[in-house]
Amino acid sequence: MSDEQRWFGRGLHDGIPIGLGYFAVSFALGISARQAGLTAFQATLASLLCNASAGEYAGFTVIAANAPYLEMAVITLIVNARYLLMSAALSQKFSNKTAFIHRFGVAYFITDEIFGASVTQPGPIHPFYNYGLAASSLSLWAAGTWCGVVMGNVLPENVVTALSIGIYGMFLAIIIPPAGKSRVLGSLVAISMLLSFLLSRLPFTAGWSEGSRIILLTIVIAGAAAVLFPVDTEGADS
Amino acid sequence: MRNNPYIYILIMFAASYFLRVMPLVLIRREIRNRTIRSFLYYVPYVTLAVMTFPAIMDATDSPFSGLAALIIGICMALLKAGLFPTAMVAVVVVFFCEMVF
Repeated sequence: MSDEQRWFGRGLHDGIPIGLGYFAVSFALGISARQAGLTAFQATLASLLCNASAGEYAGFTVIAANAPYLEMAVITLIVNARYLLMSAALSQKFSNKTAFIHRFGVAYFITDEIFGASVTQPGPIHPFYNYGLAASSLSLWAAGTWCGVVMGNVLPENVVTALSIGIYGMFLAIIIPPAGKSRVLGSLVAISMLLSFLLSRLPFTAGWSEGSRIILLTIVIAGAAAVLFPVDTEGADS
Repeated sequence: MRNNPYIYILIMFAASYFLRVMPLVLIRREIRNRTIRSFLYYVPYVTLAVMTFPAIMDATDSPFSGLAALIIGICMALLKAGLFPTAMVAVVVVFFCEMVF
């Protein structure tokens, strides 16, 4: 088996839990797409092209309101701004041996989950790992959107709710093992969750969108950690 | 008059891909600055932690089922159970907790 096949296979495997969570979330997204007046084809096309939950949801509300095209551009840029940071982090994980064209491919499939699963791999990025993750997870993202539009309320609500938790279980499986080994990472994760909770509940900041909360806390907390606890071990393997 | 849904979708696509592709294509060299390197190293941990909590409590009907999934998920992850088992256990925990709470 070639290196590409092996990494693609690993990605396919690791993408399954992501895909199950995606299916639940995009099913709900499909329901809101139908409410916005989109057909199953249009909603599925949006999911295949955008691969973004909050971004698509915000976009569908723009379509529902029949707002100007410019508003669609501005809202999409704001809600998805965190992908700039993720893309910048991934740019440092490419080895010189990886063809430039793969940067366009890996970029297309940056989602919160695929980013989290691939950037925490030791050593340089293997694009085929990202493609494998995308193949098993984003296909379910598109399929879930389609099902949501077509069959709205068939799945019992408690099943949809339970499935939507899968994504968070996966996040924990990514960040907790290294956090358990390093005191800095452990404290960072705890502080991030605490501040995220406070900002989402305090009267002045509770109205912020989840996207703005993520961007602000990422810049402040990761920035402070970078100044206080600079790392240099990562350079060794790139 | 309704705007064209396909133009909306095209704008959504262009704006999302622009954000994802620009840093990857423009930052081709290794960043030598230690602070920026450290910042980018810490980004995924902070981002994923912020996205997990409190969202995990808000995604369930009762916040307690989400909290239970969080605690059991952390235990599973500390035991290095892997992505799929951790995710599945969290799903099952929520399914049964929602029946109780």
